[in-house]
Amino acid sequence: MEMTYQQKIESGRWCKFSESAVVHEDIPPDPSLALEYIDRGTCHVGTQFSKFWSQHEVTPFHTEQVSHGMNHVEGGWPETISANNDELTLRYRKKVQKDESYQQTVIETVSVMENYKQKVLEKSQVYFKDNRVVVKREDMASARIINVLRDPKKEKRAATSLSWHPVDNHKLAVAYSCVEFQRGPKNMSSDSYIWNIENNKQPEMTLKSVSPLVCLEYNLKNISILIGGSYNGQIGFWDTRSGSQPVQISANEHSHKDPVYKVIWLQTKIGTEAFSASTDGQVLFWDIRNMSEPTKQLILDPAKSKNLNNAFGAFSMEFDNTMPKFLVGTEQGLVVLCNRKLETTDEPIVCTYSGHLGPVYAVQRNPFFPKYFLTVADWTARIWSEDIRLSSIMSTKYHTSHLMDGCWSPVRPAVFFTVKMDGTLDVWDILLKQKDPVLSLKVCDETLYSIRVKNDSPLMCCGSQLGTVTLLKMSPNLCTLQSNEKGLVSEMFERETKREKILEAFYKERNQIKQSCPKEEEDGRAELQELLAETETEFFETIDVKKKKIQVDEK
Amino acid sequence: MAEVEDTLKRIQAQHGVIGTIVVNGEGIPIRTTLDNSTSVQYAGLLHQLTMKARSAVRDIDPQNELTFLRIRSKKHEIMVAPDKEYLLIAIQNPSE
Repeated sequence: MEMTYQQKIESGRWCKFSESAVVHEDIPPDPSLALEYIDRGTCHVGTQFSKFWSQHEVTPFHTEQVSHGMNHVEGGWPETISANNDELTLRYRKKVQKDESYQQTVIETVSVMENYKQKVLEKSQVYFKDNRVVVKREDMASARIINVLRDPKKEKRAATSLSWHPVDNHKLAVAYSCVEFQRGPKNMSSDSYIWNIENNKQPEMTLKSVSPLVCLEYNLKNISILIGGSYNGQIGFWDTRSGSQPVQISANEHSHKDPVYKVIWLQTKIGTEAFSASTDGQVLFWDIRNMSEPTKQLILDPAKSKNLNNAFGAFSMEFDNTMPKFLVGTEQGLVVLCNRKLETTDEPIVCTYSGHLGPVYAVQRNPFFPKYFLTVADWTARIWSEDIRLSSIMSTKYHTSHLMDGCWSPVRPAVFFTVKMDGTLDVWDILLKQKDPVLSLKVCDETLYSIRVKNDSPLMCCGSQLGTVTLLKMSPNLCTLQSNEKGLVSEMFERETKREKILEAFYKERNQIKQSCPKEEEDGRAELQELLAETETEFFETIDVKKKKIQVDEK
Repeated sequence: MAEVEDTLKRIQAQHGVIGTIVVNGEGIPIRTTLDNSTSVQYAGLLHQLTMKARSAVRDIDPQNELTFLRIRSKKHEIMVAPDKEYLLIAIQNPSE
């Protein structure tokens, strides 16, 4: 093999390629070399197959942003002339107009303009025939978290009650308290707030009270008045125009002895009456003009003896102006139907509905079909009909965690929402699926205590144990009434009611039959036993006889 | 001077024209048939828009230049005839 040496300077230069037909070197393949190769057998080769991870950074801190306005003054005027001075500006303008170039320009441009004006665009007519916006129908229900309002205090309290402002779309009143028995930290603040949902750093207004508020409601008639029930049993009402202190609080002696779990405004003409429910067994009616004592008192005693010791503790309440009776959900798992007009009847309690295993945390009538109501308790949510006392007409399955609150959608009669102890929010649509929620969102890791849907709006909010109120926006198909929905839902309810009625009737019959013939059964049993004994002896006798025969034969 | 007046009147008198504004190089309305605040607003905004349009046309093709700018909206049509130093703006109703 020859080797040629090149000087170092020459190396690194551009190669000069040229075409030529001369073959300089031809190396054919040598098959003998193939014998030196060893075939690589199949072997395991590792490849990277793992989950794709992506890194995402989020800054959890608040950055304060302040909007400033800027005062913009008419500019462009030369320094000597101020825009406000009419004389000077007019003079300036006149001066410009006298300018030669100005005049020429105007004439030119006007002719250009006229030219173009004549050339009216073909499509000078309206481009779009009708300005209809095509509505995209989403078939999937979805909800998005749009804002989170955190409790500004260090000691976190649970957001137990939420109330939307009836008119203003941005205000939300939240009541904070610690509902676990004697678990509230010592220096827990007893303030509740009114938030503006656009500003999640600071509440708009504070409502001060002696004891933390467990429930809070806006008055629908007079939108600056709120009523709240507190942990020590007192009721107070606030006026947002007059400040953070309550205008009046009920007197200690006449208030409830236990925390007030629900307070509702009565929709009377004056709009000053409210009633409250508490676990001490009373439902008290108040008139806010005179809070020193309640106007009426109702004791939830099933034995009708007005004995406070036997009374049911009320946990939730529902009142509908159109129905003459109101519902109370109790600690014992019963829902009690009570008469509103206590003067006319002696028996305030009409009937009770049993079926739940734990305290009824929420009870609400369907806004479209007031005869049917939803109750949320223990591990299920149930729908009841007022006529059927023994059991619910529909029930969800038993979940793995407690259901803490629920409400119907104000727009769609088939949709309701529930929140659970593990922090999930479930959206149920009974026309689509009865066994499972249509949408299940994990909002947070701690217990969700309350949920409220705003009327006529895709917004809803839920409050958690650490005082965080999460605002969600629902997809349009959850907030618009579907065609034919009312009819289908009423049919479904009626069908279920009918089924329950038939079952009730069947059980009643069977019970009756059992009661009327217990003696006959006993006699029957005795006879049967005698018969059995007889047959047994006969049987053994025949066998003995046969045995003897065989023995004799063998011999 | 009189010719200028006449020509402007001619344009204003045309069918469907709501107003005309003559704007100078700094965005000040020199001659206008609308009220002051509206003219100032139109002048300022359209001046900037014309600058932008002009530079866009020039960037695409340096030999080209902006001759006319027409903005159609639901309610009006704004026509801008640019010049080296001045701008003539006419606002008209597009439905004729």
